[in-house]
Amino acid sequence: MQTTLPERRQITAKSRTSDKAFQGVVTTGALSAFVVLALIAGFLFVRSTEVFRTFGFDFITTSKWDPGSVDDGRAAQFGVAAMLIGSIIVSTMAMIFALPFVMGTSLFLEYYISRKIRFVLVSILDLMAAIPSIIYGLWGYLVLMPYASQWAASINKYLGWIPIFAVERENFDASPFVASLVLCLMILPIASSVTREVYSRAPQDQITAAYALGASRWGAIRAVVLPFGLSGLVGGMLLGLGRALGETIAVLLTLNLVFAVKFQVLASAGGNVASLIASKFGEAGPLELKALLAAGLVLFVLTLLVNFGASLIVGRAARSMK
Amino acid sequence: MTSTTTSVVTPRRPWVNRNNSLKELIPTIVISAALAALVVNFTGLAGPLGSYVAFVAAYLIVSFFFGLRHDKVKAVDKVMTTLVCAGFFTAFIPWVSILFAVFKRGAEAVYWGYFTSDMSVTSGDDELNMGGLSHAIVGSGIILLIASLIAIPFGIITAVYITEIKGRLSGLVRVMVQSMSGVPSIVAGLFVFTVMVTGKGFSAISGAVALSILMLPTVARTTEEVLKLIPEDLRTSAYALGATQTATTFRIVLPAARAGLVTASMLGVARVGGETAPLIMTSFYLANFSTDTSGHPLASLPMYIYQNFTNGTDLALSRAWGGAAVLLSLIFIIFTIARLASGRAKG
Repeated sequence: MQTTLPERRQITAKSRTSDKAFQGVVTTGALSAFVVLALIAGFLFVRSTEVFRTFGFDFITTSKWDPGSVDDGRAAQFGVAAMLIGSIIVSTMAMIFALPFVMGTSLFLEYYISRKIRFVLVSILDLMAAIPSIIYGLWGYLVLMPYASQWAASINKYLGWIPIFAVERENFDASPFVASLVLCLMILPIASSVTREVYSRAPQDQITAAYALGASRWGAIRAVVLPFGLSGLVGGMLLGLGRALGETIAVLLTLNLVFAVKFQVLASAGGNVASLIASKFGEAGPLELKALLAAGLVLFVLTLLVNFGASLIVGRAARSMK
Repeated sequence: MTSTTTSVVTPRRPWVNRNNSLKELIPTIVISAALAALVVNFTGLAGPLGSYVAFVAAYLIVSFFFGLRHDKVKAVDKVMTTLVCAGFFTAFIPWVSILFAVFKRGAEAVYWGYFTSDMSVTSGDDELNMGGLSHAIVGSGIILLIASLIAIPFGIITAVYITEIKGRLSGLVRVMVQSMSGVPSIVAGLFVFTVMVTGKGFSAISGAVALSILMLPTVARTTEEVLKLIPEDLRTSAYALGATQTATTFRIVLPAARAGLVTASMLGVARVGGETAPLIMTSFYLANFSTDTSGHPLASLPMYIYQNFTNGTDLALSRAWGGAAVLLSLIFIIFTIARLASGRAKG
């Protein structure tokens, strides 16, 4: 008896037409992030070339912001030095304020409480990250500022001999100090969630070994978790710095913008690139708008660099753990 | 035959509070509270915040001496434990204060008509029983809906590219999405302002475009996480049954990730729902109820708050707090939906 086998089916790894179309569409769609970034960067760059050509490096190194006037023939002059330095001062202070709390929060959630409570607290922390910046600004101006001004006044009273804590006039409202306190709160959730993530991956065997050798809980954390999680902490803080640099509305509400480079962090005068854009675009003429675009470009590049550095560090930390 | 008994070793967890350490906890708290009370009475520290600071400082010292009864290692450990806990709880004080301020002061402005009337015949410093924010809620809804219609499909497509197609550009796309999530909201606003608003005027559409730029990275990254959780078996089974990649993605993978996609979308909406900076430059503010998406400005909740804040009178500030309470409630609700959906996704 003879059985006839069915003809052998051809097996190929070739994609079908529908799949090719699908892949084409999805690939095009996935490049949208790239396209948007390129558009923003390209657009800001092209529109602001005139400003850079007119003012050259003065745009970065001077701090006069004057749209000029047709009536008395005053020439326009734009420089973002004060705003740029102000942005860096405020964000750096926010980072310094946030650092102990980021470490405290991450360590507490990861090593000082049970898993169940941790889940609840982490959810709350995530929720806090969702509070809009306008509400931080509102609270910062109306609730925090009276307290913060008092604190600033007493810091000035006792530490006023240190140049950065000196003030010219006794007005402590809307100072870089207040703005950075608000920013500190805003970057806390993101920075501590990244840090906690890295801390949680600290090698359990080494922790157990530390305990076995008689270390206290803090001893184990200091010997194992902190060195291990350093890159996570740095990455998380940098990510927070990126946020802080780009934050607009909360700073706009809590900081008094002044176009002069100042290092007196308790005085009611500071600078911020993002807030500058938000406060000036309304009445801006064509050239001033271009100057604002140039300021936007500076901010864009700065945050891009910081974020890139942060993700590089966090990414390397994640890879070395695997 | 020898029988082997295996016993599962449960690791001791020395960091869990044991009874004896609890026995020390209570006297520590009592003594430091007494100390703190003394300090508050006799020095410049005052008010709840001053008492808290005094208590933490007293607790640090007391726990150090309690630790010293054992040895120095224990004492240092106790001090660090106190510092870590203080770091955590101190971080929560401002948030409690924010929630308290928003809902307490917001309650003054909220009445029944607050949700049904707009500000077309009411000015910011009129009495609080007039006017409302229906226009802002509807405006925000419209802007967010359009932004979602743009950002969610692109976000999901981006994630599908990374997890399903795994093309050569996956790494690049992921880096781009990461960078995009770092774009300052004001820069997105500025970009849309110069492209869509200058010369043409404020519009809801331009606001939606600006928000979609900020929303896309959140949606893409969350979706990517979700799709990664879909077991590879599902995909290989589908391929083994002869399904094309298109069919596998649309009929197997995405439906399986349904709840996760809801989470991703909701997180995206919650992320941008309170954005103010880009809206100042794009959709701006309108006191009237309107549903027009182009041609003129449109109100939104964040801009309602901002507008009343810049007005500055007591009644306007109350309105700002009222808007903040409504906005925060809505965002929390959206966030909770996202959480519930992701809870279901994990089963």
